[in-house]
Amino acid sequence: MSHIELRNVTKVFGAKTALKNLDLQVEDGQFFVLLGETGAGKTTTLRIVAGLDKPTEGTMLIDGVDVGEWGAAERDVALVLQQYSLYPRYTVRENLEFPLKSKIRRVERDEIAARVERVARTLRIEHLLDRKTDRLSGGEMQRVSIGRAIVRKPRVFLMDEPLSALDAKLREALRTELKNLQMELGATFLFVTHDQIEAMSMGDRIGVLNGGRLVQTGTPYEIYNRPHNTFVARAVGSPPMNLLDGDIADGQAVVARSGTGFTVSGRVSAQVNGSAGKPLIFGIRPEDIRLESGGPGEATIHDIEDHGVEKILTLRAGETTLKATVPARERVRIEEVVRFGWDADKVVLFDRASGRNLAVG
Amino acid sequence: MATLAMTTLDPQSRAARRGWSDLTIRNAFIIPTIVFLIVFNIFPLLYSLGYSFTDFRASTNAPANFVGLANYRALLNDPFIWSNFAITAKYVIVSVTGQVVVGFGVAMLLNRTIPFKGLITTLLLLPMMLSMAVVGLFWKLLYDPSFGIINYALGLGRFEWLSDPDMALYAVAITDIWMWSPFVMLLSLAGLSAVPKHLYEAAAIDRAGTFYTFFRITLPLVAPILMIAIIFRTMEAFKTFDLAFILTSQPSAELISIRLYKMAFQEWQTGMSSALAYIMLIMVVGITNIYVKYLNKVKER
Repeated sequence: MSHIELRNVTKVFGAKTALKNLDLQVEDGQFFVLLGETGAGKTTTLRIVAGLDKPTEGTMLIDGVDVGEWGAAERDVALVLQQYSLYPRYTVRENLEFPLKSKIRRVERDEIAARVERVARTLRIEHLLDRKTDRLSGGEMQRVSIGRAIVRKPRVFLMDEPLSALDAKLREALRTELKNLQMELGATFLFVTHDQIEAMSMGDRIGVLNGGRLVQTGTPYEIYNRPHNTFVARAVGSPPMNLLDGDIADGQAVVARSGTGFTVSGRVSAQVNGSAGKPLIFGIRPEDIRLESGGPGEATIHDIEDHGVEKILTLRAGETTLKATVPARERVRIEEVVRFGWDADKVVLFDRASGRNLAVG
Repeated sequence: MATLAMTTLDPQSRAARRGWSDLTIRNAFIIPTIVFLIVFNIFPLLYSLGYSFTDFRASTNAPANFVGLANYRALLNDPFIWSNFAITAKYVIVSVTGQVVVGFGVAMLLNRTIPFKGLITTLLLLPMMLSMAVVGLFWKLLYDPSFGIINYALGLGRFEWLSDPDMALYAVAITDIWMWSPFVMLLSLAGLSAVPKHLYEAAAIDRAGTFYTFFRITLPLVAPILMIAIIFRTMEAFKTFDLAFILTSQPSAELISIRLYKMAFQEWQTGMSSALAYIMLIMVVGITNIYVKYLNKVKER
């Protein structure tokens, strides 16, 4: 169990800068999720923590000790990769035993058997123990590779999109399992994903990476409700946050192109009083948009996605399209003209030039 | 049916203007090959099988008499033939082991990012591309006791590599190792580069040592392709003739194929030598079959 810290880490591959001045802290026993698109530097970060790659600049500490010169073996980390990386030609049992049989740390034979049993029970792969790894399904393989990571009780667990190659049902099941496992072990997890639902549902803390920079770290609640900039706002939430160009005139927010005006309530306007006349972006979560007969905005319903518990509407207001999540009982038809409004408290204001959240400063 | 499945000839092509059809062209390529195979391989193979049951001598006009299995019985009871087989076995083991160790070792060294890797690989492959006879002739010069560079380099004085009865066979094997290690290297390199890199990373994370990683990951994954290299080299080494014939005339280095050559073309025991050739053929097929069985087992695992 341990505390990981990256200080001012930069990693350059040839002409490409993968990571730029990255500062990151993972507390002991925390489930930290790095969220970002392909090429954002998530895997690079993970490989640097694992000791598979060396940072071009910066320091990497585990429990306050600089481990920059340590190899992967010395760091005592476990890594689960997207592509399983099970040892071919061996049985599941042999794969699970592998990390325990290394010369660096001798483990007694009985102890090995006991640990393998325990791990197999936890991951429900007992019946597969004597099977060859190439005869397993994707989900089973991924369980085995997770098993190989936890059989050793490492200081840190590193997971590189371990669930992304699995089908939806299994992904959900393993998501819960992993989270439970982490709580049970009380271990430090650094989990990399591009899937915001995974990040939101599993992480104690989330770090959002964009183009090799850490844009925001925070609890899932913070990331969702107080995105530091439009990138985070767009990255988290499904459907993502509506971002509308507009400005504030006479204490009224005016969404420019749709020509919809509405009042910004006291709290928000106090924060943004100085921004009157400045080009802004209004961020509204789809679930904060309400259909109401007296609402300030008028829009045509462009599309309806019925998800059972709720309906996701695509609204057309002038040239702007909006997503709105409404209760399933709401009766709407395509091409129907509706009036809508939103809770002014929930609106997040961004500076249009820099994309930054005004409330964060 | 086969002709129907074939693509039709472009009517504008030169062949079509000459009035050739697809079939004509196909036959023009295939028939000579088949004729060649029959005349030079299959016919002698069957004909010599017939001779192996006779006391035929190609040097006389005396008619061949059918002797049944007498030739085979005589050969298999001949202690000299068995000693030739023993020499051959020793040669095969030394030479193939040497080639695998050197070839696989060099492949391990090359299996990383180094400057001029392509050029180095190509240069290392050169020995394999030379003619056996040429290799034999210049290694004879290298081994020469009075002016050979090997004795000079190793400071061995006038050591007689090729006429020393204990050394001659090994000298031939060393030449063979020099010539054919690149072949094993080439196949090993293909096998090594096919081992996924993430397995090594996983092993590093799992704190496996260098040797452990080699024996548990590298070797099992390269084994099938290495096995193919070993099959080829064993078959070739078993049949070695030219290299050994050119390099030495020591009885202690008399491989079975040299014995066969002497029997057939110096002693003119055509019937007897045909029988010996068949015994060799059966042995090679047998050894290869064992390897192939093993190869399939390795692949299955």
